[in-house]
Amino acid sequence: MDVTWYIVLSALLFAIGAGGVLIRRSPLVILLCLELMLNAGNLALVAFSRAHGNQEGQVFALIVMVVAACEVVVGLGLIVAMFRRRLPLNVDEMRGLRG
Amino acid sequence: MVYVAFFAGALGAVGGAVAVIALRNPFYSVLALVVHLVSLAGLFLLLYAQFIAAAQVVVYAGAVMVLYVFVAAYVGAVEEPIWEPIPGQRFLAPLLAVALFVELSIAVLGTGLKALDTEGPQVHSGFGTPGQIGTLLLERFLIVFETASILLLVAAVGAVVLAARHRQPEGSE
Repeated sequence: MDVTWYIVLSALLFAIGAGGVLIRRSPLVILLCLELMLNAGNLALVAFSRAHGNQEGQVFALIVMVVAACEVVVGLGLIVAMFRRRLPLNVDEMRGLRG
Repeated sequence: MVYVAFFAGALGAVGGAVAVIALRNPFYSVLALVVHLVSLAGLFLLLYAQFIAAAQVVVYAGAVMVLYVFVAAYVGAVEEPIWEPIPGQRFLAPLLAVALFVELSIAVLGTGLKALDTEGPQVHSGFGTPGQIGTLLLERFLIVFETASILLLVAAVGAVVLAARHRQPEGSE
């Protein structure tokens, strides 16, 4: 099984995630699509670590998971705060920054 | 045998990813992402990354997805309007995604990296086990490991500050 298969699969998953960010308007689903892209990156990292027989890529993938978890926690906190203030849960209507 | 396992995992991963963006209800999208993550864990096992696969199932499919399910249930279904800020966005966005995939595939297939066209070198039996990854994390990548823990702490505090009920000084709420 060539490593190229895994890299192409990860490119496909990344493209699906990027398309999802562009298509969907709900912030919750956009966060899910960000997860898709981060996981595609993880798959590429692990595949490269296999291609070179080097475990450091796997450590990198683990750290990406940590960063993804942080991003999810802060993003979901934002969504809950938006919902509490009765702001529209739609990224097109939340286009201005206000203090 | 390896081919069957790879294509089963790939089918699950792509199917889950498509279902995430195709399903209208965010709750179902979250469940589709769980399917995607478990399939990816299978692919990680094929790549001799046992510890990453276990962490994927326990941390992602276990903990992070539960958080998503709670928020999806709390917020409820969000209706997405048909109104488009950019005309033709519904057609342009998939086109852009396809273009991105084609471009990435050209970059991958056209690369001169010799290691990509092989299965990778023969690995020793401990490759990717928790012991080996732990040794790397605590010896070579100790600073990275500690920074990750500080980052998690900052994120947890930030989430509490963001989602906490603020008391309005004017008493308007």
